[in-house]
Amino acid sequence: MKVLVPVKRVIDAYVSIRVKSDGSGVDTDNVKMSLNPFCEIALEEAIRLKEAGTATEVVLVSIGSADIETVMRSGLAMGADRAIRVDADNDIEPLAIAKILKHIVEKEEAGMVITGKQSIDGDNNQTGQMLSALLGWPQATFASEVAIDGDSAKVTREVDGGLETIAIPMPAVVTTDLRLNEPRYPTLPNIMKAKKKPLDVIALADTGVDAAKRQTVTNVSPPEARSAGVMVGSVTELVDKLKNEAKVI
Amino acid sequence: MSTLVIAQHDNAELHASTLNTVTAASQVGGDVHVLVAGSGAGAVAQEAANVSGVAKVLHADADHYKDGVSVEIANLVVSLAADYSHIMAGSTTSGKDMLPRVAALIDSSQISDIMAVDSADTFKRPIYAGNAIATVQSSDATKVLTVRPTGFDAAELSGSADVAVIEGPAANGTTSVVGRELTVSERPDLGAADIVVSGGRGVGSAENFKIIESLADKLGAAVGASRAAVDAGYMPNDYQVGQTGKVVAPNLYIAVGISGAIQHLAGMKDSKVIVAINKDDEAPIFQVADYGLVADLFEAVPELVDAL
Ligand SMILES: Cc1cc2nc3c(=O)[nH]c(=O)nc-3n(C[C@H](O)[C@H](O)[C@H](O)COP(=O)(O)OP(=O)(O)OC[C@H]3O[C@@H](n4cnc5c(N)ncnc54)[C@H](O)[C@@H]3O)c2cc1C
Ligand SMILES: Cc1cc2nc3c(=O)[nH]c(=O)nc-3n(C[C@H](O)[C@H](O)[C@H](O)COP(=O)(O)OP(=O)(O)OC[C@H]3O[C@@H](n4cnc5c(N)ncnc54)[C@H](O)[C@@H]3O)c2cc1C
Repeated sequence: MKVLVPVKRVIDAYVSIRVKSDGSGVDTDNVKMSLNPFCEIALEEAIRLKEAGTATEVVLVSIGSADIETVMRSGLAMGADRAIRVDADNDIEPLAIAKILKHIVEKEEAGMVITGKQSIDGDNNQTGQMLSALLGWPQATFASEVAIDGDSAKVTREVDGGLETIAIPMPAVVTTDLRLNEPRYPTLPNIMKAKKKPLDVIALADTGVDAAKRQTVTNVSPPEARSAGVMVGSVTELVDKLKNEAKVI
Repeated sequence: MSTLVIAQHDNAELHASTLNTVTAASQVGGDVHVLVAGSGAGAVAQEAANVSGVAKVLHADADHYKDGVSVEIANLVVSLAADYSHIMAGSTTSGKDMLPRVAALIDSSQISDIMAVDSADTFKRPIYAGNAIATVQSSDATKVLTVRPTGFDAAELSGSADVAVIEGPAANGTTSVVGRELTVSERPDLGAADIVVSGGRGVGSAENFKIIESLADKLGAAVGASRAAVDAGYMPNDYQVGQTGKVVAPNLYIAVGISGAIQHLAGMKDSKVIVAINKDDEAPIFQVADYGLVADLFEAVPELVDAL
């Protein structure tokens, strides 16, 4: 079984982002970029499936401009066998991403797709579900445990009430939640090896997908700031403030 | 113009998030219809009919809607989509799981997690863990939207809509729920609670979380946790507050032994009053706290319980 892992480059989770003053977006110049953490978890899961003999090949796919290749190489260093970049703008909507991925899944005859549940920049939480719907495959989102047994799988999902386990036939789309695994760090020899692993580039036009935008971001602004609070010196003072000033208890 | 709201429920009761979603739908303008898809969920359909602002309830009853499996619900919604200009569901794990399928199948680009309705085609949504707010205009004929419950007040329960029984498409049947480990708690629901007491890595162990729980119980509050506390196994996953967990906006949020990482703040910084108890006076949580107390939680929290 070939496993396809779509990954996305995002501003690193630990960077404080800056909203541009003209309202056009978020400053991405000279900012540390990383693989989306949920995509790292997806990749780790795929690599473990290969190590367990369940998967035969792990193919990384990312849609974006040439500057995303650096983080794609770190995905290869983690252990993906090869990578495909679909050359396109970096601000394509999830629906178009899902259509492009569908094309790649069919071309590669993949038997499973593992995506992140959300990317930490767009926070859309859509792509995996859309891909599953377009492929007509079952979906298992927010996975915290994946057990594949031949033609079927059992996936435990993190849901609002706790955990839910579903049974689905393969092929399927799985999206990852935080507790699925702890991604490995690439070792130095693997970083070196990754430089030589194949990274093919496909033109957007060759996928036949119309990626025209349906949405316009008319403004990006910082959230309302909270006004500064006060430090209290004791529990007694805290209780007094909550009762008599904030009146919340 | 009319909006279809997909109700969330457990076949017995309507989930609170549906009331917030109805309010968002009412702000769009036009009729608001609510879809209740379930098995033996007649009481839920009736409850939905009582929600103010709802013009009609569509009730689909079938075995394959019993577990709220997204493939099944999405196919039903797609079969109804042509009648609506807007389709909405709450940004709960069910809504997030199901609605993008609908969007893909009707070829519409979804807008996730809206927190404000600017007009019938323009919405505000948080990006980058709520550190930026994007205003997004959609050109799709049918707008597909998940709704952040904390962005909208709950609709009242003084309506009286008609309930129409409908038939959905045949079962897809690929997906079955084979197990559930749901948290059973007497405490209020984290997403809808008036007061939330959350503990972080500083609490130190699952056993120590009893300190947090005793404070919560004294206040009639829900209990929450940081990702670090969940990862360490102190609390189950559904307690996680944050960018990638639950978003809460109670009247009072008490963060205990939580440093205040941006991903945690994303889930609680719209709370009305924030209290932070942390032994490190430089913890970033103090930057968003209305009241900060630098103290060892193992002393301060029991003292607080006694003082209340
Ligand atoms: C300057 C700028 C402008 C933008 N303008 C818009 C806009 O007008 N409208 C809009 O909708 N968005 C816009 N975005 C956001 C952006 O393009 C989103 O990243 C995109 O819509 C995908 O959403 P997501 O990553 O949040 O999806 P999610 O559904 O949260 O992603 C989940 C998973 O899908 C997979 N995935 C997502 N993207 C890719 C990819 N490119 N390649 C491979 N796999 C992927 C990954 O596995 C990921 O973990 C803009 C971004 C920037 C930087
Ligand atoms: C992709 C991604 C998604 C994430 N999503 C989330 C999310 O949804 N929610 C979330 O919370 N985090 C999330 N995180 C994690 C986040 O970055 C932080 O790591 C996490 O919030 C830290 O939890 P914490 O504050 O409990 O732990 P720490 O940062 O370790 O802080 C513990 C605090 O406890 C204090 N403390 C210790 N002992 C005591 C004592 N005896 N008395 C008083 N204070 C004490 C310390 O001073 C410290 O400030 C995410 C991270 C990533 C990369």
